[in-house]
Amino acid sequence: MSIASTESRAPHLPNIAVSHAPSGATRLDEKVSVRNLNFYYGDNRALKNINVPLYAGLVTAFIGPSGCGKSTLLRILNRIYDLYPNQRAEGEVLLDGKNILVGKQDLNLLRARVGMVFQKPTPFPMSIYENIAFGIRLYESLPKSELDDRVESALRRGALWDEVKDKLGNNGLSLSGGQQQRLCIARTVAVKPEVILLDEPCSALDPISTAKIEELIDELSADYTIAIVTHNMQQAARVSNYTAFMYLGEMIEFDTTDKIFTTPRDTRTQDYITGRFG
Amino acid sequence: MTDHTTKAFDADLQEIARLVSEMGGLTEKQIGDSVDALSRQDGPLAQRVISLDSKVDALQREIEEKSVLTIARRQPMAVDLRDVIGALRLANDLERIGDLAKNIAKRVPAIDGDVQLQKVMRGVEHMADLVLTQVKDVLDAYARRDLNKALAVWRGDEEIDAVNNSLFRELLTYMMEDPRNITLCIHLLFCAKNIERMGDHATNIAETVYYMVEGHPIMDERPKGDTTASARIALRQ
Repeated sequence: MSIASTESRAPHLPNIAVSHAPSGATRLDEKVSVRNLNFYYGDNRALKNINVPLYAGLVTAFIGPSGCGKSTLLRILNRIYDLYPNQRAEGEVLLDGKNILVGKQDLNLLRARVGMVFQKPTPFPMSIYENIAFGIRLYESLPKSELDDRVESALRRGALWDEVKDKLGNNGLSLSGGQQQRLCIARTVAVKPEVILLDEPCSALDPISTAKIEELIDELSADYTIAIVTHNMQQAARVSNYTAFMYLGEMIEFDTTDKIFTTPRDTRTQDYITGRFG
Repeated sequence: MTDHTTKAFDADLQEIARLVSEMGGLTEKQIGDSVDALSRQDGPLAQRVISLDSKVDALQREIEEKSVLTIARRQPMAVDLRDVIGALRLANDLERIGDLAKNIAKRVPAIDGDVQLQKVMRGVEHMADLVLTQVKDVLDAYARRDLNKALAVWRGDEEIDAVNNSLFRELLTYMMEDPRNITLCIHLLFCAKNIERMGDHATNIAETVYYMVEGHPIMDERPKGDTTASARIALRQ
């Protein structure tokens, strides 16, 4: 399979991948390494021996038909699946070299380091300000003025500040869908994560909101390691440096996004991206 | 390859390929007719070659429009994208080939009544035959996505260059022998040059076909045989 050769190829990447890398980085650092990962919903094996890296400071897109396991994979990276009974993962997910699947992992801390944004915007039923401040207060106790600064900077990073600065007291649910989603991204960024997981963040948004979120992903990728699951192939092609194609719980192909969308090696990848899948 | 889930996408791509083939057929006819008109001094046939050019140009525009529309409407990826880009490039090369044939046809009236150099004319015809075979083969390679055939055309251009070189030297000799030959020889020289450039476009198309199939350009160095640019003659005897 294609995965094995990825590491040795990494230094010869086309410009796009390397230009996004943190300055001074001559080779790609694996912020997250998924190794021989299997996942079970009860007896049903949803992921089969997955190996894939998330490179630091780059955007990795996961594509594949519904039910291929891409959202499942994302849900493992911050162990959200732990909330549900009868779901278990086997194998390793290394975050900075440490396996997060082992039992003694502090899950709250993990989820602060690995933030997640979902398909449907999920603002808390509280003010815009509190939506951001809530998460920060969980991990830090800051004086009011400093908290204000943090809320503002998070909303700026979420490209939402200019639209909401005069109505921070309004309910988060009063915002439009696109604004709510950016609020959720701002909320994720507010707790200073290292990795951001985006599970179809634009599927419920109009094209303008989508463009704003894509612009946001582009900006955030300088400071964060980002994984995005999307059904929109053009979106994957636009925002990511690397793309992984999954099918029926398997990792079929992982390569630079340029390569995946121009000359994929596996015929299944080609069939999927060209719209030939049955 | 399996069909697209969206049938209309397949229909779009097939229509573009059909137009390219139609355009290819017309340019093949232009090549053959222009050289026939030249060697037979057939003015009306030359005129038909010239008027056919507007149809070739129209086809090129149609291919461009359909391709742009397909890109806008379907956002083709990978092999499909290369198909569309390839069709655009083919249409460009074929249009140029048509223009070159038209140039030859335009010279037919100028050569009128000056056909004592039958032997040179045979050389031009031979070269045109070679080029016509190249164009036919490369269009075949396109229609069948035949990598080997495309590579054969790509390498085959060397022979045309060789014929062009010997024709060039022959014409120089005739011009030096008798200045009254110069007008005819210059015209034939331009015709030979036009034919040689058709061959170059055929190799362009071969490269495009290769790219469409493989997704990357041909990496080899192409054998080249055109030495006329550096040919020397003694001005004084």
